[in-house]
Amino acid sequence: MSCTTLFEQVLDPDNRANPYPLFAELRRQPVCRQEDGTWVVSTHAEIARLVSDPRISSEDLPDPQKFRWTGHPITDLFIRPIRAEIRRRHQPFIFRDPPDHDRLRGLVMRAFSPERVRRMREETTDLTNELIEKFAGKARIDLVDDFSYPLPVTVICKLLGVPPEDEPQFQGWATQLATALEPNQRADEETQAKNEQCFTEISDFLRDLIKKKRDEPQDDILTDLANGSESGDDDTERMNDFDLIATAVLLLVAGHETTVNLITNSVLTLLRFPEHWQRLRDDPAVAPRLIEEMLRYEPPVQYRTRLAVADIPIAGVTIPKDAPVVLLLASGNRDPDRFADPDRFDPDRPDNRHLGFGGGLHYCVGAPLARIEAEVALVALAKRLKNPRLVEDPPPYRPGASLRGPRHLCLAFDGIAEA
Amino acid sequence: MSKVPERIVVVGASLAGLSAAHALRAEGFAGSLTLVGDERHAPYDRPPLSKQVLRGLFSPDTTLPRHPDLNAEFRLGTPANRLDLDARTVSLGDGTTLAYDRLLIATGTRARPWSKPKEAALDGVFTLRNRDDAEKLSARLRAEPRRVVLVGGGFIGFEVASTCRDLDIPVTVLVRDGQPLEAALGPRLGGLVGEIARERGVDLRLGAEIESMESEGGRLTGVALRDGERIEADLVVVAIGALRNVEWLEGSGLAADEGGVLCDGYCRVLRANGDIVPDVFAAGDIARWPNPHGDEALVAVEHWGNARAQAKAAARNMLAGPAAGLTRHDHLPDFWSQQFGLTIKLVGLTEGADGFAIVHGSPEERRLVALYGRDGRTVAAASIDSARWLPAYAAAIRERAPFPPISDAIDQPRLRIKEP
Repeated sequence: MSCTTLFEQVLDPDNRANPYPLFAELRRQPVCRQEDGTWVVSTHAEIARLVSDPRISSEDLPDPQKFRWTGHPITDLFIRPIRAEIRRRHQPFIFRDPPDHDRLRGLVMRAFSPERVRRMREETTDLTNELIEKFAGKARIDLVDDFSYPLPVTVICKLLGVPPEDEPQFQGWATQLATALEPNQRADEETQAKNEQCFTEISDFLRDLIKKKRDEPQDDILTDLANGSESGDDDTERMNDFDLIATAVLLLVAGHETTVNLITNSVLTLLRFPEHWQRLRDDPAVAPRLIEEMLRYEPPVQYRTRLAVADIPIAGVTIPKDAPVVLLLASGNRDPDRFADPDRFDPDRPDNRHLGFGGGLHYCVGAPLARIEAEVALVALAKRLKNPRLVEDPPPYRPGASLRGPRHLCLAFDGIAEA
Repeated sequence: MSKVPERIVVVGASLAGLSAAHALRAEGFAGSLTLVGDERHAPYDRPPLSKQVLRGLFSPDTTLPRHPDLNAEFRLGTPANRLDLDARTVSLGDGTTLAYDRLLIATGTRARPWSKPKEAALDGVFTLRNRDDAEKLSARLRAEPRRVVLVGGGFIGFEVASTCRDLDIPVTVLVRDGQPLEAALGPRLGGLVGEIARERGVDLRLGAEIESMESEGGRLTGVALRDGERIEADLVVVAIGALRNVEWLEGSGLAADEGGVLCDGYCRVLRANGDIVPDVFAAGDIARWPNPHGDEALVAVEHWGNARAQAKAAARNMLAGPAAGLTRHDHLPDFWSQQFGLTIKLVGLTEGADGFAIVHGSPEERRLVALYGRDGRTVAAASIDSARWLPAYAAAIRERAPFPPISDAIDQPRLRIKEP
């Protein structure tokens, strides 16, 4: 089979449950041009190399918004073009290159401090147990709707400083805006229109919230970002409001969807290999290694898209300037040249340098938080769910090929144990 | 060469020796394994000695982690003093003899001493190579010396000077030839680091040489420079390079001299007549080997990364049966240094470079990536506080890419090619 149409098949929802055989086909040609001009990179060494290559840009990726006439001249001629321009100039740092990226990311890292992330462990534990309590009396749950979804959104809202009463609304926005991170849905016109609407709503909401954080500072990330560091008053020390809103939306979306998938994929995988579920029950200390292997074996972010800004000779071919480049992280994670017996789930794997959190300068900012959330959630589920079984395998998947995960994961079980 | 080795002896119990021991066990070697070291300490890590240890942030005990199942015998505090290739034995300073089926030579280097022994023996005159040196010098730095004089413009000297400034100790650095760090980074970047050192309060003297050291009652009081100037100082640190520990190989018939122990690309040592010795290998600072990234020219690479990589290649080749095939040691030399608040990294070999370009950042920002070209090819890349793109340039160097290999990249100024 030619590799030039393989990525199209990866995007095909019919292959969502198990794209890994397609990745193996793709790896025969580590860097392969697709018919639409996209270049897919599928091997570990080549991906690891390109995430640290200055010819790979993260900017200008989303397709430009197509102009649609709404019939309101003021909206069409003034408001929308201005909004579009603001959004174009104030992309979140995941879509920015150095030096802008570095400044914005640096400010976020300062607010997203290790100390603050560590403090979330206890709260995550409480939230987890509250969610599990609600399973009482049921014979079946949908892990996604009843657990994986509500947990991370509550955690990220608490970290950001979103009032609890606004969380349900935030959850809705997060779900919609996640499609903006999903390359194969970005081009869809209906999705774009919804995203635009949604972004306007969340921007208005955040603008008010930021104002409140300035008037009454609290111990949360939004307060820190809104007020900047106390040391300096020049603009390297503080984001402007447009960047601040873009950043807050990014943290909300990226800190949410991905963790939902990490938790759901983990439970699915562990119930497919019940000896590991049992091992986690017997020894919660195995959780960190298990989660690292999960990030390799079923990474929540399967690929990221970049842009070549100059010709890049690599692996015997040359990616031409201006070509979109897909870094197929999930395939690099199954590369037999990097991982022995790559299709085996093995938490004891030595030197597990997976690409589950990406690599290079865009390495996941939320990695420490994701690890804590997944660990707390899995340990509690393994401990408290009595005899859990998968009702449907494979489960139905959500449409996204990059942020890939089950839409539902129906579990049957025989009750819950004490915390 | 016997088919399956039963006894392996590693002479040299530092980073290369210990890395080889770990690699041998990881490759499945189950026989007897002996490490011989002239120092009394278990293998330890050297890079912190001139930085955190000297400053008093780390304890001098920088012992390297050892696998619990290493199962090796350590003969510490006993130098090897003779190698007999025919009998396959190594004689040790304590009079004992070790027989081997395979031998690894990893005896490394020592600090080059000051050329005048009487001055070198003065109280207050130091070199810095090992743990004991660092411990003593660290104690003396804590005793509030009036001034420290550093002799030499290399990395060790500059790291020590940086530590002195961190401790707010007045320091003079004497560089005899050219710019500081010129041998590794070329005069442009070397000059930049020198400028930064001056900004941090280092009294940097270029083209300066010591005429004599002055003392009272065996204790250093100052130095007289060749131009007649006298500098009062309580401490002199001599950092003028290293000597390879090859003396014990005298009479063995190996091709060993002050340039190191000659070996092939598979870490097998050579006799003086050029014949390969199939059961004796070398790794680390002492090995002089043909580097595929430098036109197969013979180099001894005195860096941490090479010690580890070469030890691994040697270990694999020590165990390779005739059928398995040997592993080529094709490490691209790299190193890093931390000084004056900067992290400096280098990949590749700058020797003989005829082109130089700053490809990211700028000297003004104190943050840059610079490339070195030779004959139209990219041969090295250096970064100051900006290592993120270095892997891409390292790949370009490995692939013998044209110079400069990357233009129109993100975060890149307009390129101007200059002399290094």
